[in-house]
Amino acid sequence: MSSKDLHTLGLTQLAKGLDSGEFTSVELVQALLDRIEAHDKELNAFVTVTADAALEAAERSDERRRKGENGVLNGLPIVHKDIFCTRGVLTTCGSRMLENFVSPYDATVVERLADAGAVMLGKTNMDEFAMGSSNETSYFGPVKNPWDLDCSPGGSSGGSAASVAARIVPAATGTDTGGSIRQPAALTGTTGLKPTYGRVSRFGMIAFASSLDQAGVITRSAEDAALLLGVMAGFDARDSTSIDHPVPDYLAGLDRSLEGLRVGIVRQHFDAGLDAATGKAVREALAALESRGASLTEVDLPNLDLSVPTYYVVAPAECSSNLSRFDGVRFGHRAQDPEDLLDLYCRSRGEGFGAEVKRRILTGTYVLSAGYYDAYYLKAQQVRQLIADDFRKAFADVDVIAGPTAPAPAFRLGDKTDDPITMYLNDIYTIGANLAGLPAISIPCGFAGELPVGLHLVGPHFGEERLLNTAHQYQLDTDWHTRCPEGYA
Amino acid sequence: MSLDKDQVQHIAMLARLRVADDEIADTVDKLSRIVDFVDQLSQADTVDVVPMAHPLDAAQRLRADVVTEPDERDEFQKNAPAVADGFYLVPKVIE
Repeated sequence: MSSKDLHTLGLTQLAKGLDSGEFTSVELVQALLDRIEAHDKELNAFVTVTADAALEAAERSDERRRKGENGVLNGLPIVHKDIFCTRGVLTTCGSRMLENFVSPYDATVVERLADAGAVMLGKTNMDEFAMGSSNETSYFGPVKNPWDLDCSPGGSSGGSAASVAARIVPAATGTDTGGSIRQPAALTGTTGLKPTYGRVSRFGMIAFASSLDQAGVITRSAEDAALLLGVMAGFDARDSTSIDHPVPDYLAGLDRSLEGLRVGIVRQHFDAGLDAATGKAVREALAALESRGASLTEVDLPNLDLSVPTYYVVAPAECSSNLSRFDGVRFGHRAQDPEDLLDLYCRSRGEGFGAEVKRRILTGTYVLSAGYYDAYYLKAQQVRQLIADDFRKAFADVDVIAGPTAPAPAFRLGDKTDDPITMYLNDIYTIGANLAGLPAISIPCGFAGELPVGLHLVGPHFGEERLLNTAHQYQLDTDWHTRCPEGYA
Repeated sequence: MSLDKDQVQHIAMLARLRVADDEIADTVDKLSRIVDFVDQLSQADTVDVVPMAHPLDAAQRLRADVVTEPDERDEFQKNAPAVADGFYLVPKVIE
């Protein structure tokens, strides 16, 4: 293996090469830094590249390897979505508000991956405060989709998805509040996992909607996602919603046969709103699962249509509360020459936030304001309960629910920016899992024209093992996840 | 339009968010569309449905009331726009 080809390998293959001494972490990291240099001008996937720190960390990992002190990710490169706090490194959340914010501490996710030996190469671009499905709300400009540079990579974890798809890095962290890991994974032909709510710590992950936010990964295979989840998952006392639940050996669970797996299909997922070529690719994937011994059953999620409106009450309400911390006083953007304290607050926030973030704060403030709370927020939390009940009933009969991740392949940049509702409906298949706190994964399952299509698998709470197992078995039979966009081989 | 300019200005003040004059028409239009869209929730039958408090029905965890964090004020204040003698500076509030 020449160092020219190291970018083509996933985490598991890279770990083997490092273990056998075929190449060092320093060589690997240098090769990927060269990829960033060569390709990020066109993709805009990175906000910050930490080249010097990465080479130093790689050197230390090589040293540890020589001494036989090996973490499971020792010397393996990773990038973090710029929503995760990284000590001493710029953490912008894609916003002018945090343009100059240098975090004084590490997020738990960042810390755990570093403790296992992973080497951070940089921070990836994202929709501002993770509010968006196209990466166009970033203060630092949109990320481009490596499959077609005129298209969006999806969002909000668009920089993470684009950098993994373009073979710049083997893996990236992401966060998912309504589909922000899975939708960009689908649109870029990568594997994206959103774990169960509370499975991975939210400490140091800049909050958007705290009852929905969950950290996860974007990788080139389910096997690599299993490797990372094993390191990231687990109880964290610093996150008040972290769940103390044993972490299984996700890698050991991958080999299980799909014989007898009960796969639920939701009829509404294949209704008129679905692009024809996307539907065809997903149906072929379902047939492939069947040929491995899985059985397909129709399940009913009667309140599914209400998931997007429910989300657009709950998420903005929580966002308006969470983002009140940005007041121009303790950190973040501050307006020049304020007349008084009120002017300082209003102008710092008015200048620091972009249009979509402002809309969500205003929507949230409205639904929580006096006289409207019962009609909107309380009502939405009731409907949310109905949606969660639908899933609970469905999972009495099936092990996973399968369908499309997104209604259509990647759309052109600028196509959906005029109407917020059109953009919001992009997450119609993914939002339910967030509202019910369920784990879900998107894996590549074919193409619509030249653009990749994602298969969406949802599991019951703490069902990550079966999701990863199903995805892995599918990836043993198919090569969609190994397809590389032209010009990035 | 389900919202008007005055309502949006009122909400913006509650949110301590300045909406510039050239942004206001677009904000009223888009917020109205969002409110119309989420209004479909009113059709759902939610009689006797307990609102969700937590997706896994978990309760808030308590911890012992002991000091667990060291003082890192100097470190934290490196990100502050204006500080003096360990304090955060804001425009004069009390006359």
